[in-house]
Amino acid sequence: MNVAETVFIDNVPTTETDASPPSVTEQKADEADHVLDTMQTQDFPPPSTAKDQFQEELVIKPLHSGDIYASFQFRTQWDTDFLLGSKVSHYRLFPKSLGQVISKFSVRELHISFTQGYWRTMQWGQPFLPSPPGAELWVWFQDTVTDVDLAWKELTNVLSGIFCASLNFIDSTNTVQPSASFKPLGVGNVTDQRFLRYAVLPREIVCTENLTPWKKLLPCGSKAGLAVLMKSEKLFHSSFHSQALHIRPVCKCKSTSWELRQTLNVVFDLHTSGQGKREWSLFKMFSRTLTEACPLASSSKVYVDITDNPQGELFELSPATPLVSQAVVLGDGRTYSVYDLTDHATFGQTHSLNVLLRWRAAESGEMLRPLLHGERYVAGYGLQTGEIHTLVYNNHPYRAFPVLLLDTVPWYLRLYIHTLTVTSKGRDNKPSYIHYQPSKDRLQPHLLEMLIQLPPNSVTEVTVQFERALLKWTEYTPDPNHGFYVGSSVISALVPSVVAMDTNNTQERPLFSSFFPCKEESTYFMRIYTEPLLVNLPTPDFSMPYNVICLTCTVVAVGYGSLYNLLTRTFQVEEPSQGLAKRLANIIRRLRGVPLLT
Amino acid sequence: MGLLSDPNRRRALTNLLTRLNAPICVVCYLAGVMWFMGLAFEPFTLRTYMSENAMGSTMVEEHFPAGERALATGREFAAHKKKVGGMPVNWLVKTMESRGLEVFTQSFTRKLPFPDENKERYLVRGTNVYGILRAPRASRTEALVLTAPCSQGNANNQAVGLLLGLAQYFRSQVYWAKDIIFLVNEHDLIGMQAWLEGYHHTNTTGGDWSPLHGRGGSIQASLSLELSSDVITSLDLVLEGLNGQLPNLDLANLFHAFCQKIGVLCTIQGKLQRNDWESTSGYSHSAQTMMLMVLKQASGRPWGDHGLFLRYHIEAATIRGINSFRQYKTDTTTIGRLLEGMYRKLNNLLERLHQSYFFYLMPSLTRFVSIGYYMPAFGLLAVILLLRALDLWVQLGASAPGTEDGLAEREQSPSSPGVLSILTPVVISHMTGVALYCLPVMSQEMAVQHFPVSETEAVVLTAIAIYTAGLALPHNTHRLLQGEGTEHGWRVLKLVALLYLAVLLGCTALINFSLGFILALSLVPIAAFITPHTHKPLSAAIMVLLSPGCTLLYCVLIFQELQETPVSLQDGWMLFLSVISQGILDHSLYGSLVYPLLALLIYPCWLLLWNILFWK
Repeated sequence: MNVAETVFIDNVPTTETDASPPSVTEQKADEADHVLDTMQTQDFPPPSTAKDQFQEELVIKPLHSGDIYASFQFRTQWDTDFLLGSKVSHYRLFPKSLGQVISKFSVRELHISFTQGYWRTMQWGQPFLPSPPGAELWVWFQDTVTDVDLAWKELTNVLSGIFCASLNFIDSTNTVQPSASFKPLGVGNVTDQRFLRYAVLPREIVCTENLTPWKKLLPCGSKAGLAVLMKSEKLFHSSFHSQALHIRPVCKCKSTSWELRQTLNVVFDLHTSGQGKREWSLFKMFSRTLTEACPLASSSKVYVDITDNPQGELFELSPATPLVSQAVVLGDGRTYSVYDLTDHATFGQTHSLNVLLRWRAAESGEMLRPLLHGERYVAGYGLQTGEIHTLVYNNHPYRAFPVLLLDTVPWYLRLYIHTLTVTSKGRDNKPSYIHYQPSKDRLQPHLLEMLIQLPPNSVTEVTVQFERALLKWTEYTPDPNHGFYVGSSVISALVPSVVAMDTNNTQERPLFSSFFPCKEESTYFMRIYTEPLLVNLPTPDFSMPYNVICLTCTVVAVGYGSLYNLLTRTFQVEEPSQGLAKRLANIIRRLRGVPLLT
Repeated sequence: MGLLSDPNRRRALTNLLTRLNAPICVVCYLAGVMWFMGLAFEPFTLRTYMSENAMGSTMVEEHFPAGERALATGREFAAHKKKVGGMPVNWLVKTMESRGLEVFTQSFTRKLPFPDENKERYLVRGTNVYGILRAPRASRTEALVLTAPCSQGNANNQAVGLLLGLAQYFRSQVYWAKDIIFLVNEHDLIGMQAWLEGYHHTNTTGGDWSPLHGRGGSIQASLSLELSSDVITSLDLVLEGLNGQLPNLDLANLFHAFCQKIGVLCTIQGKLQRNDWESTSGYSHSAQTMMLMVLKQASGRPWGDHGLFLRYHIEAATIRGINSFRQYKTDTTTIGRLLEGMYRKLNNLLERLHQSYFFYLMPSLTRFVSIGYYMPAFGLLAVILLLRALDLWVQLGASAPGTEDGLAEREQSPSSPGVLSILTPVVISHMTGVALYCLPVMSQEMAVQHFPVSETEAVVLTAIAIYTAGLALPHNTHRLLQGEGTEHGWRVLKLVALLYLAVLLGCTALINFSLGFILALSLVPIAAFITPHTHKPLSAAIMVLLSPGCTLLYCVLIFQELQETPVSLQDGWMLFLSVISQGILDHSLYGSLVYPLLALLIYPCWLLLWNILFWK
């Protein structure tokens, strides 16, 4: 194993010099075999691990609010099977630490995300890959695993070490097994929820110590390719930061292959990062420019979303690029300008690429309202009861569609499930499917999954009342008055496509093509997360244990003691004994020979 | 604890207490009053200090530069307000959006139970506009609020201008960890109530508001800004909220710390700090400041827009710019810097403000009296009631010799009054209380039809009429049952009344010390010394003069005196009437508890005592 590792590290400089940039045609990048040939120009062509490839891309999308959205995606694909009897020991592009995790814990699928900030759907539209604030981890285990809970516990601890995150705080009190919301995204036919574990840590703070190990998993690290842009002082000077990692088996149809997808999404703010000027460049965003592709990458591209700007009337993009790509993203046809970093011509005379977007107009057009949107809040006041309201908006003018709502609530908020109401447009909306798993104190959280039909152009309100539990005094966090977090609800839906929505807009397309909505584009899968909640629990005054002890002791000693005394003592009349003074007086009288007092 | 279980010593103790009962009571009363007055004496009070570490040690620098621009925005706002004749909703929405906030509006309608003559409103319609500054990389769990009211006339335009200026400046800063909500509320407290109820999705007082669409999680702290001139001489801090609730003392400390740092004159109750506590005038100054706080707190009404936040466990205060004729002037940029500093420190909070006191009185901004120091003053008054009750108990026991428990014996003997003779006056008094609580608002239409008065006058005058009519109620119902009122009868009734009053005042003082103390001050003497055998006309006059209604009148007069705006008796009377109507309105609009407490509990209790006086 050690040999393999050193080989890999030694390989890097060699590859850098040797690798000739492959000529990548403008297709959707799945032509693995073709690219692999170009990668095999090295001294060590290991026969079993040769079938791996690495792709990187960066999508830049100007948002209507004036902010800018940059999304990195890195994909490593490897035709091997970690789970067969023979141990995989020779790693090349695929990170060894993760490969070992997969084989040791028999992981079938692993999705982990670290997010700092909340994705503002109403201002920014949909993200490419949604993630909730904090850390989210969901894992499908192989059906050969006997003790899933044990594997899950060990896995979270290992991942916690790999990513320098507090994933070790995942335990049975915040782990659930959703029945419908999280289906495997890779190949395979096991959908028994016993092998699924899902947990969210809404309190997790994401910072550089999580970014560095994440970057180290990339074949080129942050030395070359798109990853040079990832300077933490800029990435964390943003409105939204999310890094994720997805491992899943994908189909090569002959044999399974494993896909590792690392994504990093970041939104830069117009007012704080952009100084209020609508002018963005790679340098302004990342304080770096691009000079080369990652030599190990089979494809390396920068996409800029120019859908709203087909003739360059909204903003000016420089340097200009002839390559244009079209794709249906999240149900909407988008157009992208493409910069291919594997092509030397992209970097021009200066040997560096600094994509610049300069706005012509101060205002960009109105944003299409996101079709699906959710929000959540705690209603009520006082520290005894409360009510969780979840609002799900369907902004589609005429199509109804179903959504799956997943709510995980910690046990210390005791849900009154009989108060659960779902209303849309003032009427009761009966969910067609409800999966509810009640909580157990200190053992498991509430899990509520519902399939709700959203009427067109409506707000559906889900409310449920809860009571706040009084924790044991050791169960409070070190900052109990900060409040306790409740993780985001997850709303998963098949949303009618935007393409299908504007059937009136037929000027650009031939009439014969637009009568029936096209099936492939008519719906698309979408997952959104609501904001997490911060709930205050009744908190004792920890700074006064001494006072409490004193008060309690006094009350017990004085109040209870005397009362107990009065209640249990038997009273009997006693011959009055002579007082001390009288006895003394009598002694003196006896001495003097005077009659005694009685 | 042999003291109580030994019959001899117990007897000695009770003998002592009964023999010296009256002197002890007088001493307790005087000691209570002295103690209370001593609270304002500086050596007896504590110096305020910042308890919250997150706000104490961290340094912030203030850079807010745009005071002039904020004033210009305020003038623009005033012009639009005048043009629209109310809240310029569209202009505000556009302005806030251009400053990069997420803007939402909320409309509300509220019909008052009767017209408010002070503010000339009956059916209130309005719109609140608020913009949310989303903190970068925060997940919408915590928020801070800055509010400025959109008042009628020319008031508070500068506050709105400064709010918008701060919004613009805050938007370009990177350090925010909590969302900041900038709220411009119409119709002051009614708008604020609608917004808060909308935010927390509650409805305690039956208002009609549209739901909110943007939220920032749980609100940690809030400041209300009232500013009506371009330059000010001092800033006044208002703390008293609904039902006498106060924000955490650290909020006041924070304000004071920044006033010191930036060099702005700051006052509380409109009174500057003085350093000459040794002198009589220095003492009387701080005593006046504290008395003002006590009177304001006892009124139970919100004294600024912040007052309604406190119910939701949100620490809030109002900062009011005062422009008097002093030389020393402060411009808007400085106030902006002060607010910037305060918000940055609040932004640093890791937990809700909880370290410092929630129950306190302030004789000046740097001195405070904590609950441990002021409660004995009330305790000394309350103990009088218990002593008198003990005395009565012993007397009742002595009149039925042979048993320890006089009450049980008395109920068995046919000559002693039955439960009915005690119950009847209690029930009748409480029925009067219920009438006092319900009838004024319910019967206003009838009153307006039959008398030449407005609705508001009708409500107030009905209340006073019922209050007075309560005095003439049939007080000797027991004679119908038993023929003759016995000594026993009134003693038992008085015992009941004393214990009832003790419990009532005790509970009130725990929630709202000032109210409990003021009521105890007037009610305890009459409760202690009223018997059927005293000089009737004199006692009746004293009782009426110390009744809760008259106490309210004195409070109004003293308050005016302390505010250095003394009024004549006639103006005082008019003010008294308007205070009654305000109290009833506060109850129905915001849920203030003072009016129901007085009408349903304190007044019936006083009637019981009145009953004893006329026992035959």
